[in-house]
Amino acid sequence: MPSLIDLRRRIRTVQNTEQITKAMKMVSAAKLRRAQQAVVNARPYATLLESMIGSVLAHGGEDTSIGSNPLLEQRECRSLRLLVLAGEKGLCGSFNSNVLKAGVQFADDRAGQVVEYELLGRKAVEFFSKRGQRTAGSWEQVFAHVEYGTAEVVATNAMRSFRNGEVDEVWILYNRFENVLRQDTTLEKLLPIVPPQASDRVLGGYEYEQPPEQLLGTLLPKRVVTRVHLAMLDSAAAEHAARMTAMDSATRNAGEVLEKLRLHLNRVRQASITTEIIEIVSGATALE
Amino acid sequence: MPAKTLQVEVAVPDGLVLDGPAVSVQLPLATGYLGVLPGHAPLLAELGTGVLTLTSEGNSEQHLAIDGGAAEILPDRVRVLADKAESAQDVDRERARQALERANSRLQLQSLEIDVERAQRALRRARARLAVAGHS
Repeated sequence: MPSLIDLRRRIRTVQNTEQITKAMKMVSAAKLRRAQQAVVNARPYATLLESMIGSVLAHGGEDTSIGSNPLLEQRECRSLRLLVLAGEKGLCGSFNSNVLKAGVQFADDRAGQVVEYELLGRKAVEFFSKRGQRTAGSWEQVFAHVEYGTAEVVATNAMRSFRNGEVDEVWILYNRFENVLRQDTTLEKLLPIVPPQASDRVLGGYEYEQPPEQLLGTLLPKRVVTRVHLAMLDSAAAEHAARMTAMDSATRNAGEVLEKLRLHLNRVRQASITTEIIEIVSGATALE
Repeated sequence: MPAKTLQVEVAVPDGLVLDGPAVSVQLPLATGYLGVLPGHAPLLAELGTGVLTLTSEGNSEQHLAIDGGAAEILPDRVRVLADKAESAQDVDRERARQALERANSRLQLQSLEIDVERAQRALRRARARLAVAGHS
């Protein structure tokens, strides 16, 4: 039976842990709110871009050269690049392990094809460098404050490699923020671009300041960048949500452990008091 | 019946900068400034660097320094997809002024080593920023 001092000590450590997890949960909740706001803010641009590309595709349709944008080119796939977006820190449930496992699976599914990784987030960098994988680049400290500039560099690198023929396809793997309790590991094809649905809204068609293919030449790369940017924002929000949930259950767990320990402590304390009383009483009767 | 006002949306990657009605908009296209009134023919165009001026009812004007992007113009709507858009209070005047001087001095060097186009772009950017800041 553990002594009273031991029990008190255990209770104190559990209490400390509970305080830490509670604080972490609160911090994550605040960060999550900000990250979610960033996702919402970024949406109009993405929607507008999508519809604008749709308009160009719809109204430049007769012009066959419009499909000749190098980013739309389908090739036989021999080598791929996978962008893996993971977290910077642990303590967030299966957030990191899910996406990393899926990243390994991605290469396993494509035996015979060369897969190189571009890694965002310290956890991804650590994991894949330990495995000795081919990496095209690694980025750390990019999720605390997601910058459009980072997405731009990553996407531009990917597009350059794609155009040079170094890679035939580019995919992105990240945790999509569904809601606070759910993050879905999502795999999307970035390049070659699957053109969005052509819209058909305007009667009589558009006038163009620039030839449609030139306009598409500026819009399509932006779409790739935007998708990387959105994925990064989503992943950041998902990480905070995952950490919040994990810390919430840790706090609850700590509460349960504390309750059990306190009960036990009181039993031990009462038992020792009872023994003491019995000793005194029996001592007194012996003297009579 | 043609619409009386234009619904103007200006979006940058980080968010929506502007969303509201206007009686006219002046856009800095890559090929030069374009004034848009309600009922304009549908048009798609690339944006250059310059000042977007939005005139709302009662002749109050709003200015944004724009740098690159694309615009879609419809009879009742203007949608601007800008890489960057700064309003007067976003502009760091001191930095813009320094950038202007730097670009000017670089252009005057006339050496072969400088990237003339880049310097000119920087010059245009700084001018647009200062113009926007000057309007406030």
